[in-house]
Amino acid sequence: MLKYDSVRELTEAARAAGCRISDVVLADQAESMETDADVLYSRMAEDYRIMREAVKEGSVKKLKSTSGLTGGDAYKMKKAVENGSAMCGGLFADAIAKALSVSELNAAMGRIVAAPTAGSCGILPGALIAYQKDKNADEKDCVMSMFTASAVGMVINNNACLAGAGGGCQAECGSASAMAAAALTELAGGTPAMAENAAAIALKNILGLVCDPVAGLVEIPCIKRNAGGVANALCAAEMALAGICSKIPADEVIVAMKHIGDSMSSSLKETAMGGLAATPSGRAMYEQVFGRKETE
Amino acid sequence: MNVFDIIGPVMIGPSSSHTAGAARIGRMARHLLGQPAEKAHILLAGSFAHTYKGHGTDKAILAGIMDMAPDDKRIRESLEIAEKEGIEYTFEPGELENCHPNTAKITLTGADGKTLVMQASSVGGGNIMVTEINGLKVEISGQYATLIVVHKDEPGMIAKVTTIMSWHDMNIFNFMLSREKKGGTAVMTIEVDGVIGEAINQEISQLPNVTSSTLIKPL
Repeated sequence: MLKYDSVRELTEAARAAGCRISDVVLADQAESMETDADVLYSRMAEDYRIMREAVKEGSVKKLKSTSGLTGGDAYKMKKAVENGSAMCGGLFADAIAKALSVSELNAAMGRIVAAPTAGSCGILPGALIAYQKDKNADEKDCVMSMFTASAVGMVINNNACLAGAGGGCQAECGSASAMAAAALTELAGGTPAMAENAAAIALKNILGLVCDPVAGLVEIPCIKRNAGGVANALCAAEMALAGICSKIPADEVIVAMKHIGDSMSSSLKETAMGGLAATPSGRAMYEQVFGRKETE
Repeated sequence: MNVFDIIGPVMIGPSSSHTAGAARIGRMARHLLGQPAEKAHILLAGSFAHTYKGHGTDKAILAGIMDMAPDDKRIRESLEIAEKEGIEYTFEPGELENCHPNTAKITLTGADGKTLVMQASSVGGGNIMVTEINGLKVEISGQYATLIVVHKDEPGMIAKVTTIMSWHDMNIFNFMLSREKKGGTAVMTIEVDGVIGEAINQEISQLPNVTSSTLIKPL
């Protein structure tokens, strides 16, 4: 049985078995949950289906969040992709559009799959669904790659944390980005070691990012950080697939993330006391939503 | 922990603690009442009181009170649905002493006049903890099959209840008892592995000195 206490354990297990990380994780989970692998695969496939539905529902023009602060940006991005005006084009712009969709839908009280959290729910679907469309990839492989993503998430959870209140945004969007980077690398045919490198690079790039939500709501800057997170995942996977290695192994990056999170001021860990939440515009939006000043 | 703790739950946004957990709190109250609620008063404390509008905490709790699951798309329109169904509801931002930052105290009344007062907190990741039922201290997560036995504080009550459970091969992994005073009303909360059949619940409710036995299935 896997312990999920290191990414290296996953890489080694896959290498020893001569298969993908997702294959060893699915087999291990079936054993530990005393269920058939088919049942677990179907459950993950259902999560993927709900993610795709969220991409669609979140990209409508008139979408508005409960607070009224956000909504409609995913639609703009989708239009830019569709009319060919997106500067980066193709997979990159589409992944950004889809990450925005899911994240904006979350703010508008739509149905999403936490991955690993609701605040970072746009990154993994943005990456996988855009990849599937662009490369015409087999849906089965996309669903399988989510087992790799979740195994990376479990390792981060077991050595650091996945909550903004515990580790800042690096723990939420950073973890989601590392999960998506590993999944994309596997999907694109990379080796388990490449997937490990992709996770390490993605996490390194986002280390130290604070959680400073305006008015304490999962909207500003969370939604755009989901777009940033998916861009980072694509960047990390691209490097790993080119054979670039992380000089710091993924497991050491995770421990570093834990230490950084621990030393972060509590005003920067979801309390909405610092960072962007404490800017004049951030405070003004608090008043706009709740009809009173923050100190009251 | 397994892969679906990382990818999952499927939920209505925006926040696992302020929305998904809130829906589960409301639903727990509905299950404890054992019938549809006609009246609901919800006291919101701590962070719930300050930010409930932005997170849709009010919609989520009320949806739960109407037995909607945390991934039910109707949560967004739950206030309108409650009005259509003629449920009288009130939300009151307030304060509760010595409680978790995300806490609600819910008072429900059913068609037959039965009333339930429940206090529960959203403790993170969509998980909840019920801490008080009708003024008595409890600890219920709602993740497992749970039996809530209200009874008179008399010697031998624990033995009588747990004997029935052992006959049925039930494995108890969490047990808590609290009472208002010696010889007064007491409540046992018992969490077990697997499933509790309605027959066991019936047997326990017929024991002498037992006022009620309520079976709560995992939410």
